[in-house]
Order: sequence, then structure tokens, then C-alpha cells
Amino acid sequence: MKKMLMASAATALIAGTAYADSHANEVKLGVILGFTGPIESLTPTMADGAELAMKEVTESGLLLDGATVTPVRADGTCVDAGAAVAAAERLITADKIDGIMGSDCSGVTGAILSNVALANGIVMISPSATSPGLSVAEDNGLFFRTAPSDARQGEVMTQVLMEEGIKEVALTYTNNDYGKGLADSFQAAFEAAGGTVTISAAHEDGKADYSAEIGALASAGGERLVVAGYVDQGGSGIVRAALDTGAFDTFHFPDGMIGNRLEENFGNEIDGSTGQIPGTDSEGAALFVDMVGDAFDATSSFAPESYDAAALLMLAMQAAGSKDSADYKLKVMDVANAPGTQIFPGELGKGLQILKDGGEIDYVGATAVELIGPGESAGNYRQIVIEDGKITTVQFR
Amino acid sequence: MDFLNAIVALSNFVLVPAIAYGSQLALGALGVTLIYGILRFSNFAHGDTMAFGTMVTILFTWWFQSMRISAGPLPTALLALPFGIAGCALLVLFTDRAVYKFYRAQKAKPVIFVIVSLGVMFIMNGLVRFIIGVDDQRFADGERFIISVRTFKEMTGLDEGLAIKTTQGITVVTAVIVVALLFYFLNRTRTGKSMRAYSDNEDLALLSGINPERVVMVTWLIVAALATIAGVLYGLDKSFKPFVYFQLLLPIFAAAIVGGLGNPLGAIAGGFTIAFSEVTITYAWKKVAVYLLPESLEPSGLVQLLSTDYKFAVSFVILLIVLLIKPTGLFAGKSV
Repeated sequence: MKKMLMASAATALIAGTAYADSHANEVKLGVILGFTGPIESLTPTMADGAELAMKEVTESGLLLDGATVTPVRADGTCVDAGAAVAAAERLITADKIDGIMGSDCSGVTGAILSNVALANGIVMISPSATSPGLSVAEDNGLFFRTAPSDARQGEVMTQVLMEEGIKEVALTYTNNDYGKGLADSFQAAFEAAGGTVTISAAHEDGKADYSAEIGALASAGGERLVVAGYVDQGGSGIVRAALDTGAFDTFHFPDGMIGNRLEENFGNEIDGSTGQIPGTDSEGAALFVDMVGDAFDATSSFAPESYDAAALLMLAMQAAGSKDSADYKLKVMDVANAPGTQIFPGELGKGLQILKDGGEIDYVGATAVELIGPGESAGNYRQIVIEDGKITTVQFR
Repeated sequence: MDFLNAIVALSNFVLVPAIAYGSQLALGALGVTLIYGILRFSNFAHGDTMAFGTMVTILFTWWFQSMRISAGPLPTALLALPFGIAGCALLVLFTDRAVYKFYRAQKAKPVIFVIVSLGVMFIMNGLVRFIIGVDDQRFADGERFIISVRTFKEMTGLDEGLAIKTTQGITVVTAVIVVALLFYFLNRTRTGKSMRAYSDNEDLALLSGINPERVVMVTWLIVAALATIAGVLYGLDKSFKPFVYFQLLLPIFAAAIVGGLGNPLGAIAGGFTIAFSEVTITYAWKKVAVYLLPESLEPSGLVQLLSTDYKFAVSFVILLIVLLIKPTGLFAGKSV
């Protein structure tokens, strides 16, 4: 009996090492997104975008001498920092990931950064965390984002509204890092440009009734209501109540409100409303749409940013010749910015080859990536208007 | 004219929404208060009972819609409501048989019942999410408005509009009918009287030959009906989302406690107190003031007592004050 136990233990050990050997050349990337929670309708396509880049790199066989890239998904919930931190911990300790594509919402992203990524020294690139607060968060050079800070979005919003001739708006925001950060940066920019914000009122997500908020917003008045919220959450409740009571007919929607749900929920009731969402008309965007085909909705919010975030992680690894975060964190800015050969979506193999040969690349990707300051996107925005119940692109800024 | 405008603005943004929300809370609080009065525990599963009844109603609504059965200008959900109540009744009766009966036989303390109901809450919560999903479901159809802002403005020529949604009208009418029926039942019928007797003094009621199991069963049936009606009205008026129903538990309990737990009249008063306090204390009176005051006195600020961030705090401050000054609630309920 003892012998048999020894034998089976030995076999298990050998099998274990064999298993480890065959996977030595594997890169694991964590995909931490809010698959449940306020933006659960956006996250599946975001994950698809990121995994598309990983598949492309694996198929090219060029990353770090033919490494395969495996995505490991985890639920960041968007709102529950505790759950997100636990999920990230699990990915690092149990799945041994080499980098994090994520997270999505600003609050949980900050929590994962300070509690998990910093402690374990793991690089993380967020496709959609936009809070201005993250620009100054302590990150040891580990944190990047392919989405611009909301300080920039506040300026773009101001430009859009000013050009429409709107000088007076009411403002409501979802009471969290994202909403508060965006509302503050918008109010500062709008007032600096000579506009008036009649009221800035918070709303809580998932609450029973928004009559009180709408009453206050309507009383303060304004030509348009700016809703810095989430389309799957309180944001839609606010718009619904504002329409029903006739408090406001047109709205301005920042990125969190723009999604298919907006068309489904309100259709042509909100015709004439405006908004903006990170996006670009660079040829990379069109290439990305072609490449994705029918696999998923390539124009869905933050799907291209997710592709770019994952691509940057892998290109930086190649440039550093290592999947160790401490090495490749220094290379992220290099591969993202000029000088070098421009790399578009679908050309990740080409980029890897150039880097392997010791050349330099300037990753453009699906969203015209240009990382500035502490490693965040300079920010290109797609300005939209609602026409006949459809989200229609006006121009890019 | 300005005076009329002020009244209309106030009705549109304060009175109408608060009355509708108050009715929904009152119906929910009635269910909580009945269980407290007769079965003697605080039922934390009430929000999720509402969600379950509403879910069954929604499923039947979809089925009716697919068969093109509709109630004309009224929402189809009203036709599906009896089926929802039946479904909910089956669930609560099953829960009572499987769970609460055991503890009743043991004469368990109320606090044990409360914790048991917490467990039931999580199970129901999971059940609803499992069946219908976590997303928003909208099931309102038929006419959206009794009177919309635009028609009101055209009719009256006033600057301010007044909107009354069909769902708000239905909510208030249904609430009045349900409350009237409930009070008739409790005060005039034999079963209702036996329920009150059981509530007042259990032992005495048993001695005079009242069948306790029957009282318990009737209570659950009424609670299922109240919960489903409250849930459906709320869902029609806003939207159905399991998580929101779970959160509704707080204002409903606040309403029941403010009114006096165990007292049906108090539950109604409590519902309206909570709804009105949430809306009025955080209302920005600027618009109304501009209409009413002479130009020289017009306020430049918002004339808002508290920012809307504090609307939940308002309900709970009222709750605390009531508990400190009159622990049995506004309408002498039972103190624990």
C-alpha cells in the first residue's frame, strides 16, 4: 500500500512538471471587466475585443518565441470594489497572470490598482476607466489606460454644447468616482467657457424612485439635461422621469450613457439629444470593424479600446523580451507612441516581428492610441446626435 | 395666472409623483404590517415576495401579449395580475409549510423568525434572478399618459405642464380599492374578525375556537395579493429589476414603522409620509417661488432645503424621531 502511494505521488509529480513544461511558453492575461453590474451590457463585447487581439498574437506565433496567449476572465462588477479586488487576487495567485486588461469602471480600477496590482507588481491597462483621479494615483509606472481622462471629456462636452449654442444646463451624475469626476471636470470647463450649470445633483443607482431628483433638476431649469450616469442603471431612470414629467426634452449623454440600451429604452423620444464617446475616425477604426466582421459589434463602446489595451500589453512584452511586469512596464509608452512603424489592427504579427528584429513601432490600433502624461490616452471623441431614435455620428474631435 | 402655474409645477413634480410612490409604499407596508400584527415577526422577504409576484405577472403578460390579448388602453399586466397573485400565493404558502410552520410549532422567538425570513429572502431573490434574469424588464403597454405635458399646455394655455401617467392613475385607484376591501374584510367579515382576535391575543383566540392554521393561511394569501399588487404597480410605473425590489425593502419598512407596526391605517400614513418627505424636503422651490413672489423678491438660488443626496437620510431621520418620541409609531402599533 505504501509503495503504491509513493508510486502514485511520484507519477503525479512527474505529470505536474511535464504539464508545467508544456505551458512554460504561455502568457496569461487577466480580463477583469464588470460582467455583472451597471455596465453588463457593454462588457461582453469589450472582452471579445481584448480576446481578439490575444488570438491574433497567438496565431502569429511570434510573441516571445511562439508563446500562446490565454485570456482569463474575471468579474470586476464595476461597482463592488471588494469583489473586484478578490477577483484580481485570484487571477494573480491562482491563475498566475502576467498582466491585466482592465478593469472597466474607475472606482474598481483604482481599488485593484492600489490593492492588488501595486502589491504584486502587475501591469494593468484599462480600456475604459476615465476618472481624472487615476491620473495622479500612485502606480509605480504599472498603470496605463487606452481611454482618456474625463478631464478631457469635460472639455469636449463643453465644446459640443457651446457650438450648439447652449449656455445653461442642469447636471446630474451617478454618485461614484466616475460620475463625480466627470461632473466636476465638466462643470469647471463649462463655466470657464462662460456657460452656467444651474444645478449639479447626484443620483444613486438602483434606487426606487427618482421624483425628488427630477423635481430639483426641473426647478433649477436649463436648456438641456446632462446625465453623467450609466445607461443600465439610474441614468435611464432619470431620463425616463424627465421625459414623463416634461422637465427636459433633450439631453446630453457622456460615454456611460451611450449604448444600444439607450436606443431600446427611449427611441425617438430623445431626438435632438447630443453626446460624445471615445472614438476615432482614424483608418484603424475602420480596419477594426472590417476585421471583426460579424463576430461581435465592433462599434460598441470601448470594444476597440479593449483590443488596443490587450495589444499594448503583448507588444510591450515583446519589446522587453520578457513577460515580467517589472521589465515590460517600461516599454508600454515606447510601443504606443512615435517614433516607429505605424501598426494598425490586424497587423500585430508585423509589429511583433519588427520588435523582434530590434526595430521600433508606433502602435496606432483601433483608437489612434497616443499615450500622454502618466500613461493615458490623449483622447479622441466621437460626437453623436440622436436622430429618429438612432445614435448617429456627427463628427470626430 | 402665475398662481396657477405655480400650483401646476408643484403638482407635476411633487404632488403627483409623491402620491403615486406613496401608494406603492403604502401597499407594500400593509403587507409587512399584517405579517407583523398577525404572525408577529418582521418579514424581510417582503421585497422579494413582491419581486416574485411581479415576475409571474410579467411572464403571463408576455404570454398574453404574444396571443394578442390586451386590455385596450390599460396595461395588459392588469389582466395577468390575478395569475401573478395566484403564483405568489402558492410560493408563500409553500414557504410557510416548509419553513415557518416548523418554527411556529416550536414557538420560536420573533428574532429567530426575522433571521429565518432573511434566509427566505435570499432564496427568493436567487429564484427570481434565476428565472427572469437580473436585467431591467419593461412590461407596461397601452396608453402611456392620462394627460401629457403637451396636451395639458394646449388645453390650458399655461406655461407649466402637468403629466399624469396612466400607471400613476391606476396606482392610486387600485390602492384605494385594495385598501377599502382590506378594511372591509378585517372589520366586517368573520374571518377578518378572527384574524384580528388572533392578533390581539393568541391564547384567547385559540380558546374561543379559532383555527390558527386557517388564520395563518388567510394572512399569507392576503399578503401575497398585497405584495403582488404593490410590485406590479411599482414595476408598471418605473420598471422591474430584481435588485431594485430588494432595495425597496428599506423605504417599505420605514413606512411601516413610522406608521406603527401592526396597524394597517398606520402603514398607509407611513407610506405617504416617507414618499412626501423624500420628495418635498429635497425639492428646489425656485420655480414655484418665481411664480408666486413679486419680481423684487425672486430668489437667485435654488431654495433647496437639502441636496437630493440626502433624500434617504430624510426618511430615516423621520424614522428616528418617531421612534424616539413615539416608539409605537404615529398610529399606536405594537411596540416590540
